Amino acid sequence: MLAAPLWASHVAHTGPDTTHTTEKITVDGERREVVSPDGASIGPVWFGADGRFFLGADGRLGRDEMVRLMYGGRTSLLIGVAAALITTFLAVVLGLLAGYHRGWTDSVISRAMDIVWAFPVLLLGIALGTALAVGGLQIGPLSISSGSIWIPILIIGFVYTPYMARPLRGEVLALREKEFVEAAVAQGAGPLRVMFGELLPNLWSRIIVLFTLSIANNMLLESALSFLGAGVQPPASSWGAMISTGTELIYSAPLLTIIPGTMIVLTVLSLNVFGDGLRDAIDPRSRVRLEAHAGTFEPEREGA
Amino acid sequence: MSEPLLEVEGLVMHFPVKRGLLVDREVGRVRAVDDVSLTIGRGETLGLVGESGCGKSTLCRTVLQLLKPTSGSVRFEGREIAGLSRRQMRPLRREMQMIFQEPYASLNPRKRVGQIVGDPLRLQGAGSGAELRRRVGELLERVGLSPEHYERYPHEFSGGQQQRIGIARALAPSPKLIVADEPVSKLDVSIRAQIVNLLDDLQDEMGLTYLFVAHDIGVVRHVSDRIAVMHEGRIVEQGPADRVCEHPADPYTESLLAAVPVPDPRQARARRAGGRRPGS
Repeated sequence: MLAAPLWASHVAHTGPDTTHTTEKITVDGERREVVSPDGASIGPVWFGADGRFFLGADGRLGRDEMVRLMYGGRTSLLIGVAAALITTFLAVVLGLLAGYHRGWTDSVISRAMDIVWAFPVLLLGIALGTALAVGGLQIGPLSISSGSIWIPILIIGFVYTPYMARPLRGEVLALREKEFVEAAVAQGAGPLRVMFGELLPNLWSRIIVLFTLSIANNMLLESALSFLGAGVQPPASSWGAMISTGTELIYSAPLLTIIPGTMIVLTVLSLNVFGDGLRDAIDPRSRVRLEAHAGTFEPEREGA
Repeated sequence: MSEPLLEVEGLVMHFPVKRGLLVDREVGRVRAVDDVSLTIGRGETLGLVGESGCGKSTLCRTVLQLLKPTSGSVRFEGREIAGLSRRQMRPLRREMQMIFQEPYASLNPRKRVGQIVGDPLRLQGAGSGAELRRRVGELLERVGLSPEHYERYPHEFSGGQQQRIGIARALAPSPKLIVADEPVSKLDVSIRAQIVNLLDDLQDEMGLTYLFVAHDIGVVRHVSDRIAVMHEGRIVEQGPADRVCEHPADPYTESLLAAVPVPDPRQARARRAGGRRPGS
């Protein structure tokens, strides 16, 4: 169900931004207005209207809440994953360079990370988000317009980099003292081969766990930014943005806030559990443990 | 024996001890290797003994340029290698290989045996997939493992087998010199003899030259043609294995010999009483 947003365009009867203010639908044989003349929108109709307006409409504009939820989930997931990829790429490269070369390379990288780290993530996100949401981003030939979804992606990917680079650097510092690194050098391996051929395989399980956790964190940050208006820009929807619009009607239609919130919680939770399971599966030493337990099922683990 | 394979002359390796608030100042030095000179002829085994912390491992790493020596010269086949950059050393790496003390730590836990043993071959740009695999299989067989072990991970093996993998890796580029840094000290006594004998057989087959390090003079005597005794970073005595063991010239060598356990209590008593090693 959490993956449903991936094929949103195949199941949705209408676009996420389409308004149905003046339309009427048939619910259980009864004609009802999507948005009544006094401005109140229709509540959840479940399967009453052949799947249309499953969760009702989202207020004055009369957009189908379920469709927006799907498309919003798409945005949220895309931002979560894309930002996590950026974070992971930057963190792995910086962590390996800093941890392997040490000395001044490490000092420069670590101090730069500390500067980013020194700002609260949310504050930095809001500052960058509002600045870029107004002006857009222009780096050389690369230009991103102000409403683009890439702005929150880049911001989130950037602000979380130190949180991932730091533990990886620590791990590399410990690994590089192992004898197998010396053995590789004695074979004639260059620094790049040592970093990516010897050290990186030992980091994979850590990276995968950090990666999935980072998707979860990114989605939370995206929600927070969108909620505050510094993330995804209307009319595009994301779960955070939906919560934000939902709060206006929190007394009359609390589901508009609760449902996207629940989606975020469920997705974050499943990503955490998934990351945990993946770590167990990828560790060659744990494979031995599983073989030893052959015939019994893998014990279920609690999400972090 | 014409030209020696390896000549070490006046090799010094000092580690500075630094301390300071903002700028590190050198406050002292650890003289790990202090003016060491050695020569090893082709096909010869030089045993290096000494207590823990006397600089044996540092000497090994300095000889192989894994550590840059403070001063002194290391000549391999007459060519000066001390002070060569990592890049300049690369083509020479295939000629000199190392076997490590900790079999498990020296094998990358995330790589399969086939990759570990095949990597040195791949680094030399040797062979295609199938050819490489066949070569690795041969090497594994030669050290007493089976080619079926190709896809396994190091942790699936016992300590002795792991050391065999380490040996196979060292043999892969067909080196001339192998520096064995305490290859048996972390192994069970029952396995030691097997590994030592394997190294001996390989030497006969492939004409290898060993620098064999151990802290147990008994093991070293068994494998070495000549023995060098190291104490606090210096070589205190050097000579043919039997001469050094029968007639030690240095008091430190004597104390090392006295530390070799003797299985027979009567002999042990006699040795303590006489202060000399009884006929062995």
